[in-house]
Amino acid sequence: MRRFRRRRRATRALGPARARLRDGQAESNQFRRRALLGLVAVVLGLAVLGARFVFLQVIGYEEYHTRSERNRIKPRPIVPARGLVYDRNGVLLADNVPAYRLELVPEQVEDIQATLDALASVLPITPDERERFAAQRAGRRGFQPVPLKLRLSEAEVARFAVERHRFPGVDVVPYLTRHYPAGALFAHVVGYVGRIDTRDLERLDAVQYRESTHVGKSGIERYYETRLHGRVGYEEVETNAEGRVLRVLKRTPAVAGEHLYLSVDAELQALTAEAFAGQPGSAVAIDPRSGEVLALVNVPSFDPNAFVAGMGREQYAALLDAPHRPLFNRAVLGGYGPGSTLKPFIGLAGLEAGLRRPSDRILSSGAFRLPGQEHEYRDWRKGGHGWVDLRESIAQSVNTYFYQLALDLGIERLGEAMARFGFGAPTGIDLTGEASGVLPSREWKRARFNQPWYPGETVISGIGQGYWVTTPLQLAHATAILAAGGEVHPPHLLRASRAGFDAAIEPAPRPPASRALEADSPHLAEVVDGMVAVMHGETGTARAYAQDAPYRIAGKTGTAQRIGRTGEQSLDPERLAEHLRHQALFIGFAPAEDPRIAIAVVVEHGGSGTRAAAPIARRIFDAWLLREDAWSSP
Amino acid sequence: MELALILRRGLSPLLRPRLDPFLLAALLVMMAAGLATLHSAAGGNERLVLLQAVRFGVGLGALWLLSRVPPAQLRRWTPWFFLVSLAILALVPLFGTGRSGRHWLNLGIFYLQPAELMKLSVPMAVAAFLHREPLPPGWRTLLLCGLLIGLPVGLILLQPDFGTAVVVAASGVFAVWLAGLSWARIGMFGTLGVAALPLGWPLLQEYQRQRILTFLDPDADPLGAGWNIIQSKVAAGSGGLFGKGWGNSTQARLDFLPEQTTDFIFAVYAEEFGLVGVVGMLLVFAFIVGRSLWIAMDAKETFARLLGGSLALTFAVYVLMNGGMVTGLLPVVGVPMPLMSYGGTSAVTLLAGFGMLMSIHSHRKLLGRPNGWA
Repeated sequence: MRRFRRRRRATRALGPARARLRDGQAESNQFRRRALLGLVAVVLGLAVLGARFVFLQVIGYEEYHTRSERNRIKPRPIVPARGLVYDRNGVLLADNVPAYRLELVPEQVEDIQATLDALASVLPITPDERERFAAQRAGRRGFQPVPLKLRLSEAEVARFAVERHRFPGVDVVPYLTRHYPAGALFAHVVGYVGRIDTRDLERLDAVQYRESTHVGKSGIERYYETRLHGRVGYEEVETNAEGRVLRVLKRTPAVAGEHLYLSVDAELQALTAEAFAGQPGSAVAIDPRSGEVLALVNVPSFDPNAFVAGMGREQYAALLDAPHRPLFNRAVLGGYGPGSTLKPFIGLAGLEAGLRRPSDRILSSGAFRLPGQEHEYRDWRKGGHGWVDLRESIAQSVNTYFYQLALDLGIERLGEAMARFGFGAPTGIDLTGEASGVLPSREWKRARFNQPWYPGETVISGIGQGYWVTTPLQLAHATAILAAGGEVHPPHLLRASRAGFDAAIEPAPRPPASRALEADSPHLAEVVDGMVAVMHGETGTARAYAQDAPYRIAGKTGTAQRIGRTGEQSLDPERLAEHLRHQALFIGFAPAEDPRIAIAVVVEHGGSGTRAAAPIARRIFDAWLLREDAWSSP
Repeated sequence: MELALILRRGLSPLLRPRLDPFLLAALLVMMAAGLATLHSAAGGNERLVLLQAVRFGVGLGALWLLSRVPPAQLRRWTPWFFLVSLAILALVPLFGTGRSGRHWLNLGIFYLQPAELMKLSVPMAVAAFLHREPLPPGWRTLLLCGLLIGLPVGLILLQPDFGTAVVVAASGVFAVWLAGLSWARIGMFGTLGVAALPLGWPLLQEYQRQRILTFLDPDADPLGAGWNIIQSKVAAGSGGLFGKGWGNSTQARLDFLPEQTTDFIFAVYAEEFGLVGVVGMLLVFAFIVGRSLWIAMDAKETFARLLGGSLALTFAVYVLMNGGMVTGLLPVVGVPMPLMSYGGTSAVTLLAGFGMLMSIHSHRKLLGRPNGWA
């Protein structure tokens, strides 16, 4: 105020020299011109603005309309419910149970690290979870939710719900998670699902698996992944800028995965596993009439549920390093020397080739020599078994009989005959990654070692030693072919399927059958006779374990070294380290006259096949045949 | 009968002089449109709409009160008003609150945005000063006008609030320009200003630089800095010719459009009412500016003329800057849309300014005294 006054005084003091006369009219006119100019400028400006709106709202309408709709409406995949897995009697082996998981949409979170830290104060987030989150995030686009924590407890869900407003872009999502009620029992049959990793992403259909978190990693879960997974559905949802779903506009339902009924029997499986009493080993039971796998047991096993939730690095490492490798599916991947269990097949090959008649006898003196060679090939009994025919040779497991027979057959004919029983090739079971084992031959040795074949190798091949590698599944399959009178039914696990709970149960098509022998081969009966003598004969190696059996068993014991798939192989069993020796084996089927079950049992470090494997086999037979009999009785 | 007479006599100071019905009607249209759009943009938050309506009531009260004050009286109050508002503005850096700077003073019952007051007091001060000076203004006068404008603008830039600073500066500069600043000097100042632009770049805040860069290329970072402009254009553009209809703005309802109740409310209006609504509103803007300039031209006193003209043009700058910002023609500078954007101080000061225009209008015949007598 004072400033103004002072200035006015100063202006006056300067006098008329500076002060011009105010010309009201001129000022008014000047203002009028400027004001009009201003108005013109403003109108021009508004016109430009109007033109801009025309540009946006008329010319750009289509594009902006689309973008606004795209803002608003997001297609969201609906994950189909995974098909359930049952055993042959409808016992649930793989179930879906409801659970909640925590998801984060990266593009809606400003500072992911800070959000994770803040979340950690609400819910426990382990370093493993963080690590997995980071790995999964790398494989996804910013708008796709990334699971952060699976299987929240109810308390955790409640705690997050209270704090949810603090975490835009983070949400609790209900989902179905896999649960294996039988736990470790079927871990190697049903397998398990695990989180989709980068390797899975390469082989999976990106559309079908867009929102899926898990995929079958092993066993049936992997082999029948496509059928179990179902077809993804879609819904169009209105979302706000934070990505929260406000309402569903349109929905294309997902098609749930098929329910699968396996041929395995949960009770038989459990009793079989029990029979091992913790000794590492494997047993496979097959219905010889159909090739249906009734039991496929590995000891030790693991809890597949741990893989569903995802386990930490340490936990996984511990499982990998655990004694006797519980993760290893020995039944289909394990390579074992078959030992004497091959003798019935080789005896049959001799008969089929016309080189032996059943009544032909040889003298077992305890040692067998190749002409002109020093090396002695021994019988297991010192001093030998004396004069024996085929039946006795099988019953007492006389090596000399088979040394000579193998030599007479030659490795080509021997191999050819054995290949008909599935040795040296995958059986074709519906599991991935089956091992084919080794069927020794000149060509195989040349390819593998670049060495010629020696006659001594033919000799030991006759008793299942040497290069032979078989899986328990192969042994069971070969035994089933014997039991089925030469009919080959490739072993399989899928028995039936069902498209939904309302649909009918459809039997699964059986793999095409073939024949290993001519129908009604008289030779087969002779061999089976020998195998029955193993169990029921005066001299049978396993006669102690068939006592009181209300049915007749055909069987064969074996003892051999276990050979790792990549391990060093030695020709001489005597020189193998102790822990690699004396794998106990047993093959057999029952009832001998009308076989309903064929089995192979391998017990690692089991000592003799007779003492370690035969009792387990007996318990399996009892478990299946006596129970089934009980069912059929009125 | 007698009662009616007494009533009319008693009420006459309230009703007379009369308010300009045309200008008032146009303002009411804007306020109604503003409240309607706010209703949509607030997404069911009726409290916000009610609060804004209350502010409009307060603003209309101020408008009515000021329309009663003769311009000469306003001029006498001007120095006090200017000093007081400057003092309050100076308090902001010390006690202010705000999200991206210190903009508001917490007065307990409401937040005052002192920078808004300057939109009135700066043109008033410049007009009052020029009222006593020979026109067109000489160098010394210009220098002092520069001070009157520069001081508050500098304080506002410190907050920092670039948009408001521009509007406040414009309000003062308009007064000088309307007073008849010669084109030669305008050219000179313009040249100096453009030359100084690169010097100003380092003085800008980081976010302000980002805004300018974003304006030049909004698609460089569509989810970050460019988000506002893109979503605003999507909102306006998706409105089309006739709009999505009142209450149907998906961009605002689903939170895609940020600041949908304040700076970007006109985008919501455009989305809901389409080009038809936009053009209608632009015509209302043009009418308000035209009518205000018309009133100013009619004034007999320099102060009233310059103040009225300056307020009219400042309103236009408001509208053009906000409109330009919403449509992506100008950088995001944070200038609200007058009478539509949610905000108290802005609404009240704007209406107060229009109250002064009303006063100028109604006192145009009474201003008989020549200049320099006051």
